[in-house]
Amino acid sequence: MEKRVVFRHAWLPYLLLLPQLAITLIFFIWPASQALYQSVLRQDPFGLRTSFVGLENFARLLRDPLYLDSFQVTIVFSIAVTALSMGLALLLAIMADRVIKGATSYKTLLIWPYAVAPAVAGVLWWFIFNPTIGILSYGLSLVGYDWNHALDGGDALTLVIIASAWKQISYNFLFFLAGLQAIPKSLIEAAAIDGAGPGRRFWTIIFPLLSPTTFFLLVVNVVYAFFDTFGVIHATTNGGPGQATTILVYKVFSDGFIGLNLGSSAAQSVVLMLIVIALTVVQFRYVERRVQY
Amino acid sequence: MIEHRPWLVWLSHGVLLLGVLIVAFPIWIAFVASTHAASDLASGVTPLLPGGYLFENYARALGSGHEASGAVPVSLMMWNSLVMALAIAIGKIAISLLSAYAIVYFRFPFRMLCFWTIFVTLMLPVEVRILPTFEVVADLGLLNSYAGLSVPLIASATATFLFRQFFLTVPDELVEAARIDGAGPLRFFKDVLLPLSRTNIAALFVILFIYGWNQYLWPLLITTDESFYTIVMGIQRMVTVADAEPQWPLIMATTMLAMIPPVFVVVAMQRLFVKGLVETEK
Repeated sequence: MEKRVVFRHAWLPYLLLLPQLAITLIFFIWPASQALYQSVLRQDPFGLRTSFVGLENFARLLRDPLYLDSFQVTIVFSIAVTALSMGLALLLAIMADRVIKGATSYKTLLIWPYAVAPAVAGVLWWFIFNPTIGILSYGLSLVGYDWNHALDGGDALTLVIIASAWKQISYNFLFFLAGLQAIPKSLIEAAAIDGAGPGRRFWTIIFPLLSPTTFFLLVVNVVYAFFDTFGVIHATTNGGPGQATTILVYKVFSDGFIGLNLGSSAAQSVVLMLIVIALTVVQFRYVERRVQY
Repeated sequence: MIEHRPWLVWLSHGVLLLGVLIVAFPIWIAFVASTHAASDLASGVTPLLPGGYLFENYARALGSGHEASGAVPVSLMMWNSLVMALAIAIGKIAISLLSAYAIVYFRFPFRMLCFWTIFVTLMLPVEVRILPTFEVVADLGLLNSYAGLSVPLIASATATFLFRQFFLTVPDELVEAARIDGAGPLRFFKDVLLPLSRTNIAALFVILFIYGWNQYLWPLLITTDESFYTIVMGIQRMVTVADAEPQWPLIMATTMLAMIPPVFVVVAMQRLFVKGLVETEK
């Protein structure tokens, strides 16, 4: 879509674009190209000599068991976060769509965690699960489970999954609720007249009509779990114990800033960029499809 | 509803109440912990009811901060967060409005190239290119400065795209009328387009303020000077103090203070917030 009526000016449009283009070039395009460039170089540990190694950094990554391990952790983590937060949000949205009294107050009470920073969400749950004074770890000890996320990798992963999913519920809830309210009531009424109960109506009418929203949220949640959860992990488990909660984004950070392995960190950045681009493409193809609906 | 099933209504309310409780539970615990003396929490389990140290703990957090982590008062960290959040929100909106205006209302060479240059930034979150971006900022001498905290996060394809979509829906007749009345492009922008975009700007502001306030990795990397700590990263510094057990009441008071501004913005401007959220994802 283009404007029919436009202004004519020799230099004004460039002036208007200048701030955004300058910032984009300095802080986005240039660093990204640096990452690409460094991903084919290797520095010796003292930073004295740099040599061109081609795709060697990538080959090393794919052979590195720690990296493959981190890939696996990321996949488990993002599936769990996505499923947990979307499942709970869908349940709450269906219920909120049903009730008439108090619907707005429920909405207000459910959306505010969106405003909580991931790092803060992490610290909150970390405190609740604190092995010595945490209230939930105390509850778990009563039923005979000895919770310790500082020692047990599974506990640590559970902790960051819960914290990340908790923060994302409100976002999913809002979009599911909007999706549910957009479904024509006449369809549901027609099914009710034909004798379909609430459960049947959900699976044969509501759920299929909700699938564009669900798919959209799926992509958004995966992106969230891949990138925005850095704060949750860094503020609480620091990727540990061992490598149990080291997701890919965290590994880029720790290899680059703590391990100072620039070539490997840059190669990991490039892999992540490819993942983001793939996810964005998926999202856009879908957005185009939705426009045709 | 379609048919009358009282038990379903009760079930709905029950599930919703349970959901509200689950969502609010961590905050309640944090609030309770922030009202007790440190010794109450040093041993045993977190109590479930508030204690009597509310004012002492918050006054101490705001005033002097947590001594073991370098004693940055929370009030200073909140100020830094506010400056950063406002700079990011206002800066993003300003440069996106200008560039979207240029792209929609002008025809010039390399227009599409400019558009796509801006647009690819959508695909490059900070987390992905941390190290090289850090180097650029260090080379520019922007470490430990408000400019370093905000400027690299200001460029945003989302905001530009949103304004572009909105400008495309503005009727062409307005431009024609403005031209007949002798208004130039800048006059048109200021007197017609900006007033029309007011709701969009407000909605975007809510989202971007929260985005800016909640930044974590970036301030963590580029601030080594305590006077530039932001509150969200400051909490992490408090949690990881090397010596002994962390000062829980103080940390939780800080956590509560870190949440209050963005949560207030969401609840107070709920309508704008929902609008902004839905539109930035289009």
